[in-house]
Amino acid sequence: MIRVVLPAHLRTLARVDGEVTLDVEGQVTQRSVLDALEARYPMLRGTIRDQVTHQRRPFVRFFACEEDLSHESQDASLPDAVATGAEPFLIVGAMAGG
Amino acid sequence: MSKVRVLVGTKKGAFILTSDGKRKQWDVNGPHFGGWEMYHLKGSPADPNRLYASQTSGWFGQVIQRSDDGGKTWNTPDGAPIPTSGPDGTPQGVSNKFVYDSSPETGKPLTTHQWYDGTQHPWEFKRVWHLEPSLTDPDMVFAGVEDAALFRSTDGGQTWQELAGLRSAKGHLWQPGAGGMCLHTIVQDPSNPRRIYIAISAAGVFRTDDAGKTWRPANRGLKSKYELPDPDAEIGHCVHRIAMHPSRPNVLFMQKHWDVLRSDDAGESWHEVSGNLPTDFGFPIDVHAHEPETIYVVPIKSDSEHYPPDGKLRVYRSRTGGNEWEALTKGLPQQDCYVNVLRDAMAVDSLDPCGVYFGTTGGQVYASGNAGNSWAPIVRDLPAVFSVEVQTLP
Repeated sequence: MIRVVLPAHLRTLARVDGEVTLDVEGQVTQRSVLDALEARYPMLRGTIRDQVTHQRRPFVRFFACEEDLSHESQDASLPDAVATGAEPFLIVGAMAGG
Repeated sequence: MSKVRVLVGTKKGAFILTSDGKRKQWDVNGPHFGGWEMYHLKGSPADPNRLYASQTSGWFGQVIQRSDDGGKTWNTPDGAPIPTSGPDGTPQGVSNKFVYDSSPETGKPLTTHQWYDGTQHPWEFKRVWHLEPSLTDPDMVFAGVEDAALFRSTDGGQTWQELAGLRSAKGHLWQPGAGGMCLHTIVQDPSNPRRIYIAISAAGVFRTDDAGKTWRPANRGLKSKYELPDPDAEIGHCVHRIAMHPSRPNVLFMQKHWDVLRSDDAGESWHEVSGNLPTDFGFPIDVHAHEPETIYVVPIKSDSEHYPPDGKLRVYRSRTGGNEWEALTKGLPQQDCYVNVLRDAMAVDSLDPCGVYFGTTGGQVYASGNAGNSWAPIVRDLPAVFSVEVQTLP
């Protein structure tokens, strides 16, 4: 079971409270987690990554285990703590400043 | 008694303002989609309870919302609850998927446009500026987007297809203005469903006579002395807004970057009607619901100072289709006012007398229940207003 924490605006859009839990088959990567998330909540498609290229949107960040994983390969394995559900995968709206 | 519903898009959410036909007491409902930029909301003329909304965010991109109950509840057209599945059981979350057409079947439409440095630049989708529901079909809606293109949905906003012939109308010469290269105005001819006008900043007006398959520029008579090296160029004018009265679809009115103009031949040619306006720079323009020669603009000081001249917020009305203008000031701030009124932020109802409404970047929404003779704020402290649309309900 994978735990995903969404930013407030996306929780509202997906109509969920708190963490989202997902079952991911096979290797647990950014891509497989986001595929599972978008399959469950199709209204999130295009809000985290581009609909066509699947590139992360510029002002979205991925954190886990106190690490910024935003620039890691989409197909790299996420930490074991995320794969086992001990730690959540955090999807974060980047700080805007100003 | 008739009712009025005003749909307000702001920088931080949407608001729905309702009143009875007297238009004295208003209920303010919102924010809907709090914190998101709501570029535009508009109701279907064929089904007033069907509303479409463009919800955008610099973080999370574009979302399309739809209401089928007049704004009480909203859903992404294909999102929640999950109503549809593809052949493999995959949910079809594509209501915010705006993909420029590049298919050989449609002639491999252009893929680049003019960029600031003179080079060609790829079209990149950024947001939906304007949603224009069909006059007759609640499930058909057009979307004007940045980078400039026109999309159409025929399934209530669930999926979108580009009318790519538009970009064949010299799209390689289009270039962004300071606000981005946006298709912001869509006007349908009620007497001819195959004729549509659109306007793009900074490219100009284009017209189709075959329901969007082919398009041609409609900018003859526009002069952009300070914006273009050739003031009479066929392409490149920064048109801010065009408006039409449904009883006279061949007459169009335009607020350009500078200049107010009209066309009496369906956009074949334009002539200036700025007349005695204190400044002919501005953004919105609209037409009285019952008097096709009565038009409204909000003069703004200049292209570099986007606020009213002399700190006085004045709507100008012409009852002669232009040239002769009168200032409408009763109830509007006449000192220390430095707000702007954006291109989609003015609308009229169809009651008698005609109601006129506009919103400001200072968060005020003003209403006049007497065709502009006097004004009063419906609400004063919303986020910056991007758009105002009005529905007159039975």
